[in-house]
Amino acid sequence: MDSLDLLMGGFQQALTLENLFYALLGVFLGTAVGVLPGIGPAMTLALLLPVTFAVGPDCALIMFAGIYYGGMYGGSTTSILLNTPGESSSVVTAIEGNKMAKKGRAAQALATAAIGSFVAGTIGTLLLVLFAPTVAGQVVKLGNPSNFALIVLAMFAVTAVLGTSRLRGFIALFLGLTIGLVGGQTGQARLTFGNPLLADGIDIVVVAVGIFAIGEALWVAAHLRRRPLDIIPVGQPWMSREDWGRSWKPWLRGTALGFPFGALPAGGAEIPTFLSYATERKLSKHREEFGKGAIEGVAGPEAANNASAAGTLVPLLAIGLPTTATAAIMLLAIQSYGIETGPQLFDTEPDLVWALLASLFIGNTLLLLLNLPLAPLWAKLLQIPRPYLYAGILFFASLGAYSVSFQPFDLAILLVIGLLGLAMRRFGLPVLPLIIGVILGPKLEEQLTTSLQISSGDFSTLWSEPVAAIVYAFIALALVAIVASGLRRPKPAAPVEEKEEVSA
Amino acid sequence: MSAIHESTTDEGTPRAGTRLVDRAQYGLAAFLGIVGAYVVYDATTLSDGFADQPVQPYAFPYAIGGILLVLAVMLANATARGDVPQAEEGEDIDLTQPSDWATVAKLAVVFLANILLIDWLGWAITGAILFAGTAYVLGSRTVIRDVAVGVALSVGTWYGFYSGLGLAIPAGILDGVL
Repeated sequence: MDSLDLLMGGFQQALTLENLFYALLGVFLGTAVGVLPGIGPAMTLALLLPVTFAVGPDCALIMFAGIYYGGMYGGSTTSILLNTPGESSSVVTAIEGNKMAKKGRAAQALATAAIGSFVAGTIGTLLLVLFAPTVAGQVVKLGNPSNFALIVLAMFAVTAVLGTSRLRGFIALFLGLTIGLVGGQTGQARLTFGNPLLADGIDIVVVAVGIFAIGEALWVAAHLRRRPLDIIPVGQPWMSREDWGRSWKPWLRGTALGFPFGALPAGGAEIPTFLSYATERKLSKHREEFGKGAIEGVAGPEAANNASAAGTLVPLLAIGLPTTATAAIMLLAIQSYGIETGPQLFDTEPDLVWALLASLFIGNTLLLLLNLPLAPLWAKLLQIPRPYLYAGILFFASLGAYSVSFQPFDLAILLVIGLLGLAMRRFGLPVLPLIIGVILGPKLEEQLTTSLQISSGDFSTLWSEPVAAIVYAFIALALVAIVASGLRRPKPAAPVEEKEEVSA
Repeated sequence: MSAIHESTTDEGTPRAGTRLVDRAQYGLAAFLGIVGAYVVYDATTLSDGFADQPVQPYAFPYAIGGILLVLAVMLANATARGDVPQAEEGEDIDLTQPSDWATVAKLAVVFLANILLIDWLGWAITGAILFAGTAYVLGSRTVIRDVAVGVALSVGTWYGFYSGLGLAIPAGILDGVL
């Protein structure tokens, strides 16, 4: 098989001492930041973007992939031991996982989460290897009108399908599009306030660091928990025979749910983890244990979470469309090397892509080896003094933004965008649509321009390609469904009006 | 900036009778309106693009600015009807306490000091001030240790960037010393 040969070549490259070192560093950092409260994988990648100035693209991407997968592992540790999930995808793990920990079964909860993540991550990466080249091979044949439609779909999906409030999703998206307007890409300076430092636009690193790191640190500072959290002590993770018997089917079912959702443009990990939880609850022979610490309720959602992480790499690598915040930052990292992202990536950068895919398998194995014995050590990270943690975030965020061009002006922009990030958290505006708007807005304009240049100004070219027509039909159907379900929804107890959100 | 309970009926069940109106959200709506209006105004200052540019440089700004204005009105409307935001939660976040905006303001001041001083003093000094200052604002009271950690971090990252990444961060007044 062709892909298999390429993958073997990828392994050869990924198993060099240097790349192995970056993979190990990545999973180590990823797990640490996943465990640390207040820092997620997206923020870590944003803070580490300056690294791309110095190391080669393969090293950086291998490390970033390790951080991505590692962050998932670490996040589950926190939600099991603390019952305060840091990422929305770990919410479900916390339901049963923390109950298990309180019953003295923290070791088993951590073990089923870690092994389930390994199983799901490995199967998910295998599916990624199978599907991504095929998808890329098809997408690369599409013309600009279809690419334009796909970008519209990605924006619509992360805004309208994910999240709780569509109105707030659209507000975030259009704020992001506004930031993306700044600069002189079209030949004329837009929104630069006459400042030459803005002529090239706002550096996306500064936007990402400001929104993810500064915004989060300021928001936590406004609400810092004054009493210490109860951390459940934990020993070496292990599972009995019975636990294995109860875990393996949920792992596989979770994987089956997680991967497709991750691969869809409207993916994300929240929906599949909830679906997996509901499924396991229905199928379990120990239904009475649910809500009191059922191991199936940890195994399934954790597997779904990791499989969806692998799934989100399909649109990222095969189409060049990010569907999660972490994937968005990985896209930025690839672009910072001047590498054009999109379906042609498999053809133009085969070594890079296959080394990255191979390193996902390696990283996943390293995570299992690293996490089972080191769990008690990771738990200690939860006791880091909070002033140092958040002062450190502000410190490294400033360094990251300053290192872009050593201009204090960038730090001023960073503060402004950080305050925007703070306001977004206060007003419940989702972060993902904003960052997608900043990244994809300029691309949207570019694709539209090229499409109309080819058709010499004829707008009907936009729906002339079958893929584009299908995408628009799908968006129209989704809009109808949203409007219909919104209108039919019975008035909830709290006077929350859905109507105006729907017409958005 | 917390949500305000407004009683809309004289008596009755507290759930049905009280309406949450988050007044601060009007501020957000106003902000959106100002941004939208400015984007539209900026678009009016742009002239026609090149002959081979089928999408005029002002086309996207008009659309985005216009939609922002619509969203601002919709948010104000939703706020009036009692739509309250769901503030983001997290491990270290305690939403049961009122927001501590004084701490945020102090952090912003420390941050601003870094921006103003960095050209003169250089990152090796202002970075340390930034770390120690923000740690103090966040409640750390071991000043000597905080400064030591801050200096170690800022000087360490300076040399790390210099030798590891090959980037010389401007040294400021320490030029020649580092």
